[in-house]
Amino acid sequence: MTDISVLEIDRLTVSLGSGRAARPILDEVTVRVDTGEVVGLVGESGSGKSVTCRAALGLLPRGARVNGSVRVAGTEVVGLRGSGLRALRSRQVAMIYQDPRACVNPVRRIGDFLTEGLRTGLGMSAAQAQERIIELLELVGIRDPRAAMRQFPHEFSGGMLQRMVIAAALAPEPALLLADEPTTALDVTTQAEVIAVLTALRASRGTGMLFVTHDLELASAICDRIYVMYAGRVVEHAPVRRLFTRPRHPYTAALLMSTPTLASTNARLVAIEGRPVGLAEAPPGCSFAGRCVHVRDGCRDTVPPLRPVLERVSTGDALEAATQSAACLFEGELGDLLAPRSVVVPDAVSGCVG
Amino acid sequence: MAASGPALGTRAAVLFVGRRLASLVLTLLATSFLVFGAVHLTPGDPARAMLGPHATPAAIAAIHAQYHLDDPFLVQYAHWLGGLSRGDFGRSIQFRQDVTSVLAPRIAVTGELVAYAAALTMLGVLLGVAAAVRPGVVDTGIVVSTTVATAMPSFVVAILLVAIFGVKLGWLPVVGVGDGPVSRLAHLTMPAVALAVSLVGLLARVTRAGVLDQLGREHVEVARARGVPWLRVVRRHALRNALGPILTVGGTLVAGILVTTSIVETAFGIHGLGELLVKSVAQKDLPVVQALALLTVVVFVVMNLVIDVVAALVDPRVALGVRVA
Repeated sequence: MTDISVLEIDRLTVSLGSGRAARPILDEVTVRVDTGEVVGLVGESGSGKSVTCRAALGLLPRGARVNGSVRVAGTEVVGLRGSGLRALRSRQVAMIYQDPRACVNPVRRIGDFLTEGLRTGLGMSAAQAQERIIELLELVGIRDPRAAMRQFPHEFSGGMLQRMVIAAALAPEPALLLADEPTTALDVTTQAEVIAVLTALRASRGTGMLFVTHDLELASAICDRIYVMYAGRVVEHAPVRRLFTRPRHPYTAALLMSTPTLASTNARLVAIEGRPVGLAEAPPGCSFAGRCVHVRDGCRDTVPPLRPVLERVSTGDALEAATQSAACLFEGELGDLLAPRSVVVPDAVSGCVG
Repeated sequence: MAASGPALGTRAAVLFVGRRLASLVLTLLATSFLVFGAVHLTPGDPARAMLGPHATPAAIAAIHAQYHLDDPFLVQYAHWLGGLSRGDFGRSIQFRQDVTSVLAPRIAVTGELVAYAAALTMLGVLLGVAAAVRPGVVDTGIVVSTTVATAMPSFVVAILLVAIFGVKLGWLPVVGVGDGPVSRLAHLTMPAVALAVSLVGLLARVTRAGVLDQLGREHVEVARARGVPWLRVVRRHALRNALGPILTVGGTLVAGILVTTSIVETAFGIHGLGELLVKSVAQKDLPVVQALALLTVVVFVVMNLVIDVVAALVDPRVALGVRVA
């Protein structure tokens, strides 16, 4: 493979409306996904994770003002329109959505949904498209795919439907797969199945994946690296293990402490005070300052930049440390104060796969 | 719900249509009684209406005897019903002919007029889609003009059309149906437009609302996010999914055209079923009025049946004859 990142979002700033009514949504978000990599984008609702994800498809809200750059496999997406945008969407990027029932046209046969992208985007014949889809349906675990294609969406369970959405997303062999909370609308056992399917695909294909979720635990089961977002900004970025053992932003640390884990049933969960805010309601300075237990003088003055974490670690962690960054002015001083009290390192692959 | 076969099984469809046809017969029976009763409750004597104020009592008595007008109500009804079952609608009092032979030559012209108006009504779908996909000037223009159109009764439209295109510009013939296809088309254009204008408005509004609703759905965004061309998204996803209400409203409107023809045919001097109805009511020609009323009921019931079957065809979630919660 080339060393081109499949997704490079560089200082993406998005606001809705203009002038006095302008509502900022994203502020200088930088995200990178390399070939074959699974990258998590984690945050509460309103953190801007879905907007970031959709930006890769050129799917920003009508009238959004955009600064910065979004490149997919080397193609600039910002400002792309017409046939260029359609080509990007039909060949380079595909997305898996939260609610498979809402995202498949309910009145057309599932086969129409599955082959539509291949036929309109790649100009395949019906027979060619059907052949490729049948292979993929087998891959995601649909029995008797030929019969399934003649059925209607309401005849399938949510989990089955999500597998088909995944198959449809993989069909054009995109360079980048976006997964926007792909398991949130499913029940827990189905979640595990869908994650298993995604994990298996990850092993067998070189597709890069951006996995958007509010569930850190889930992200840890499938991702290599994680970006933590809060109020329209990336506040921390680190490899999964690193993020779980040594979070360097108070928000990440608080998220970890508020998340129940399968491995430790007796650890006390600590809720984060207050409610999540969007970028538009965020206070000046660090947007997490209002809810941060470590808040100090200066936190409310300037927006802390996302900086590489400098650390005096002697062990083999050194390489990972270089890839961690956090947007906290006092990250260095807080240091191990932020480490979770009970350290649970989820196994990156088997963690959530039943 | 467990996975089942397609919603529209052949057996289910045949059963459904069979049930609905049986209920059509019951509906017709009930309606025939109501129509027969209503017409009989209206004051006036058909024989007097036919023969004029100077008729001799003997002549009136003869007409009464010929048309069984002095029999008790239920006997008259039974007599009429018996004739109906043999395809005999009775004899027209004003034309002194069988009702069937009075109706027959008029069915074609009214059928053509209704079909023409129905085709024009479908323009409403185009307008509705255009309004839904082009917010701003186009949308506002269509919404305003369809509101005006909806509020225009057909006789007002008829007067305007005649004044402008018939009299002032002289483009289109004002009276009659013409000979030959081209002339027929020219003659029926203004009547068809008069019938369709308010319906186009209604259908455009229903279409606009349905398509807008679908355009806001996630599956439409997903189709766009997959690089499906916009026109195809509108056609295959937004309009396709909005078809249910569009067909329901459109079908009912088209069935209603038959009723409005009475006004428009009279205004344009077209000798069709609508004009016949007006004339027959004025003349108290009971057999004709009854036959036309029954015909209207049949058209409505059959149209409803067609709408239900088509609704199940366009939306697999709708099972025939079953209300899905």
